[in-house]
Amino acid sequence: MLTADDELTELQSLLDGAPTDASNLLPVLQAVQRRLGRVSPGAVRLVAAAFNLSRAEVYGVVTFYGDLRETAVGTHVVQVCMGEACQSVGCRTLMRHAEATLGVTAGHTTPDGHFHLEAAYCFGNCALGPTVRIGDTIHGAITPERLPALLAALRNAG
Amino acid sequence: MTRSIFVPNDTGARSIGADEVADAIAAQIAALGLDAAVVRNGSRGAYWLEPLVETDSQTGRVGFANIRPHQVAELFASGTLPTRDHPLSVGVISEIPWFRAQQRITFARAGVIDPLSLHDYRAHNGLVGLQRALTMSSQDIVREVMNAGLRGRGGAAFPAGIKWETVRNATASQKYIVCNADEGDSGTFADRLLMEADPFQLIEGMTIAALAVGATEGLIYLRSEYPYTEQTLRDALRLAREAGVLGPAVLGSSHTFDITLRIGAGSYICGEETALLESLEGKRGVVRAKPPLPALSGLFGKPTVVNNVLTLAAATDILATGSDAYAAAGVERSRGTLPFQLCGNVRRGGLVELPFGITVRDLLETFGGGTRSGRPAKAIQVGGPLGAYLPTTQWDTPLAYESMAAIGAMLGHGGVVVFDETVDMGEQAEFAMAFCAHESCGKCTPCRLGSTRGAEVIARLRRGEDSRKHWSLLEELCETMELGSLCALGGLTPMPVRSVMRHFAGDLLSSAPGHVLISEAT
Repeated sequence: MLTADDELTELQSLLDGAPTDASNLLPVLQAVQRRLGRVSPGAVRLVAAAFNLSRAEVYGVVTFYGDLRETAVGTHVVQVCMGEACQSVGCRTLMRHAEATLGVTAGHTTPDGHFHLEAAYCFGNCALGPTVRIGDTIHGAITPERLPALLAALRNAG
Repeated sequence: MTRSIFVPNDTGARSIGADEVADAIAAQIAALGLDAAVVRNGSRGAYWLEPLVETDSQTGRVGFANIRPHQVAELFASGTLPTRDHPLSVGVISEIPWFRAQQRITFARAGVIDPLSLHDYRAHNGLVGLQRALTMSSQDIVREVMNAGLRGRGGAAFPAGIKWETVRNATASQKYIVCNADEGDSGTFADRLLMEADPFQLIEGMTIAALAVGATEGLIYLRSEYPYTEQTLRDALRLAREAGVLGPAVLGSSHTFDITLRIGAGSYICGEETALLESLEGKRGVVRAKPPLPALSGLFGKPTVVNNVLTLAAATDILATGSDAYAAAGVERSRGTLPFQLCGNVRRGGLVELPFGITVRDLLETFGGGTRSGRPAKAIQVGGPLGAYLPTTQWDTPLAYESMAAIGAMLGHGGVVVFDETVDMGEQAEFAMAFCAHESCGKCTPCRLGSTRGAEVIARLRRGEDSRKHWSLLEELCETMELGSLCALGGLTPMPVRSVMRHFAGDLLSSAPGHVLISEAT
């Protein structure tokens, strides 16, 4: 976990030289999210200054988009697709299993900080559901039986 | 000559182990010292056969379906590349009925070529449309698209030619081509498949649109839920620039056009064109009131073509073979082909490109082969989360814009999701409202509040609380959302809800037999 000071240093280096026209705001916030795992109040302040926007405007953008988080979550973000196509092949049951396996309800991080479980809506893998995204990897045909092994592999990998 | 063995580099195929299969094959080739190489093609969209490994043969490409990493050694048991006589072979791909019964135009190259080979793309009729467009006036390009009867494939089905003509006629210092690749509807994956299997087709289509309206800048707004697609598109754009397809002199002409890739940030509403434009401008993805139309005042207030991936892709074929050939397929005012995305609880799911007009039943039975679970199918949702749930009695409806509208349904982006008899349609109706509440941009009241209240009312109906009152309340709420919402999210969320009220009332109400409202509703 970075300290607040480290975070701001990272951020400043990320902002240096980045174009600050309005259309680049979202890409910059996405870069902040990727680098720091969140868009903190300090980040909002710095980005707002760089783009010559009010903090409220930047904060408004941060809170609108699901990918941008105000607080950091677990190391591995586990997203279970809850779209209709996955519903038709049992994603509701899968989600209940995921909650039971990880011991948290959707939208929460495990106490050890390893996993963050959440619902997502469609990864375009609708003929091979239920689909789970972990980090940047998409897993298809995930049954309640297959899920624990998938999570255990990540837990062991650290 | 080095022979090729193909393993799809597609999200779906990779989600069930294609990368591991490709690695295992490469290891076998090395171990056996074969003169062969793994080619990562796109997927043909036959997800029921994935991972689908293919080799070249005298009679065409031979397939080996559902290959798992542990089966790779078996594929190479003879010490050579597998042939069609191999026990795991499914024969020549083009002879498989599921493929033969399709009419592939937009997806003709998908799965056949290496998606990142411009050489392959050209060898399979790529860039023919753009080359022809470069010899034509902008007016003639637009006329060709207009005559083809091409309608927006994103769901709204607005005539593409009219949109292009509006932008062409607008006077401005800058015009934009924006590709809506925010394919958020559950049950749809055609945009993703095309961008992963044949990305140059999208680039060519956007460039044709640019020539037609006089734009020099293009943007692709891709959803962040497609991380593999992002990589393919970035590579394709770089290769297109290096080859001079994009840049200051498009294919050596005097035209300038380049494309920037932008990634969404997890918001469904940004698939709505005006919210998408707001997002590209670095703002919250809040829907704009129309007018002004984006065609006149779009991105940064400039005339902008906003088209779906498949609309832009279809333009390449229309320009290459002419509008007459394209318009020859289809029914009524639904011309050309539509890639149906057959999925959910279905045995043979995947992308089925056909002329408009096939019936839902034909699609389910001929292509889908029934449900994956083996239980009877109960409902089919067509057109994404905002589309109607069709009961068995409506499955003989042809899949075309007009015929679907006539039964209170819509075709949307061509998603067809099958549910078996275990589905609780009351839960589906409640989900439709809850999803709208989750994704509403919040600008207009009918959508913002209506969806939340809608989910609450449906929950009460399902619990059997004061059914008569809540049923009529829900009807009123649906009407308010339909008539009063600013965009299609609020306006169409009632469609799946109403379809459940109309056809599955028993699921929606508490299950007391002979409930008075069931007879009232039918």
